[in-house]
Amino acid sequence: MGAIYRREMNAFFISGVAYVFLTVFFILSGYFFYVGVIGSGRTDTSPLFSSMFLIILFLIPILTMRLMSEEKKNRTDQGLLTAPVGLWDIVLGKYFSALTLFIIAESIVFIYAGILAYLGDVVWQTLIGNYFAMLFLGSAFIAVGLFISSLTENQMASAVASMLALFVLYLFDSFAGNVSNETLKNLILSLSFYSRYIEFTQGIFSLPSVVFFLSAAFIFNFFTVRVLDKKRWG
Amino acid sequence: MIEVRNVSKKYGDKQAVKNISFKAEQGEILGFLGPNGAGKSTTMNMLTGYISSTSGQILINGVDILEEPKKAKSFIGYLPEIPPLYIDMTIESYLNFVYDLKKCKLPRKAHLKDVCDLCKITDVKGRIIKNLSKGYRQRVGLAQALVNNPPVLILDEPTVGLDPNQIIEIRSLIKRLGKKHTVILSSHILPEIQAVCDRIIIINKGEVSADGTADEIAQQLTNEHKMTLRIEGTTGTKSDKNEIVKAIKNLKGIKYVRADMEREKGIYDYDVEADENIDIRRSLNDLCREKGWNILMMQLSDMTLEDIFLKITMGEQDIKSSEKKPEIRLKLVTESEQETENDNDNDENGGNN
Repeated sequence: MGAIYRREMNAFFISGVAYVFLTVFFILSGYFFYVGVIGSGRTDTSPLFSSMFLIILFLIPILTMRLMSEEKKNRTDQGLLTAPVGLWDIVLGKYFSALTLFIIAESIVFIYAGILAYLGDVVWQTLIGNYFAMLFLGSAFIAVGLFISSLTENQMASAVASMLALFVLYLFDSFAGNVSNETLKNLILSLSFYSRYIEFTQGIFSLPSVVFFLSAAFIFNFFTVRVLDKKRWG
Repeated sequence: MIEVRNVSKKYGDKQAVKNISFKAEQGEILGFLGPNGAGKSTTMNMLTGYISSTSGQILINGVDILEEPKKAKSFIGYLPEIPPLYIDMTIESYLNFVYDLKKCKLPRKAHLKDVCDLCKITDVKGRIIKNLSKGYRQRVGLAQALVNNPPVLILDEPTVGLDPNQIIEIRSLIKRLGKKHTVILSSHILPEIQAVCDRIIIINKGEVSADGTADEIAQQLTNEHKMTLRIEGTTGTKSDKNEIVKAIKNLKGIKYVRADMEREKGIYDYDVEADENIDIRRSLNDLCREKGWNILMMQLSDMTLEDIFLKITMGEQDIKSSEKKPEIRLKLVTESEQETENDNDNDENGGNN
């Protein structure tokens, strides 16, 4: 796993994806920080985090698009799958490399916190709570992106399909609004990534939601492993 | 070292490999030969655990590739048809990655240097793989397979894209490696297989259709009863020809005899075929002694690997038709070029009749 993780980290920077991702992330989060937090004259960072949901939704596919599809296209997967490593090693090596980059990106909020601390009092509980909420959301989204990347050889198709999939997850709330059946409505709402994430930004640290995001990450990584395994048995 | 037992592979309804069995021992270089789509790469992919077999068992060093894939794979160095290179990396960082991936325990610097020296990529190891020529990429692919010094090497067409000098280098490298390792390599190039391999397995339509050394395979298919003779008659003129043909025809068991070209002045070659299982060499000798002729040459029609390959993969009927076709086509083309359309039509009709 270590070898694959290190190679992917290098590849992020060699290919330039890391720079694009970090730049866009920093610019947009900086904008929301300025408008939502500094501009409104408050030290509460929640507006920043709630605005970032959509940004993450569109940025994470850029991070994950090439992880599996590039291997397939260049036939380098043949090297990985015939090396003495397990399928989970391959998937998790790639998964954690993307997650690491995501953590680097979102850690920018601590610089914002530093700026806030200069201007006034930072509410550290909300900041840290939101930081972890974003981390959990990211870990689920990355797993989804990685899974979709394993389904295609085409990076662009992978990126677009991932954005679409994440967008559909985002729309769960509005689906629920149109459903009259109470049980079904609650079921859809309970699967909503957005409402669970927004809960955090409202100051509620909900353990079931943490479990939900981590389970989603596990399930999609598991699917990716199955895709690799199925190829072998196909 | 490698044992393949009744292995089959199905893709949906398509049977890619049918019930293949063979063994390869340490220090043996085994060649896979077969036309495109015969199942060479499929077999190699199964050997290396890239894909699974539908049925049967593959043991690498006694370890089942499907039951203990990690352990079995650690014994194998694999160069696939397309080398699995990350083209954005330098050779050095790529080989370091492979070193880590294979969890190699050998001293890193010394081992990677050895590998680079063996494959002659030491001079270019700082370069990005993207900028390398096909030949160098192939060598990096080979180097990647050699990392961790695995006892089994599986090489899918290792000399593709190399120039003649490099081909010779790689062949001698494979031969050297074959002394200590078990090597399986596939190729379309018959002389290459003949030059490098101790043993050859011919795969056709997913089945093993021949297994043995080149000579053994040739023997299985040899035509003892078929030969070419050069006989010097008494007069040394054309009239010898008919006499000799006539006399040979009267020998027991002769199926076919035909005078060939005049190879030396007044001396002809004869193609002779007897019934199967009849050795006519002695009676031919007796005949010549009796008549006062001299046999200047007697050559059993040995089959080259190429003949064997064609015979096995196409069957004799197909060989004949494939040999004839180009001639006919050539004729038609030249005729149509030279003559007007009407004449050409007539000619073609005549030709068909």
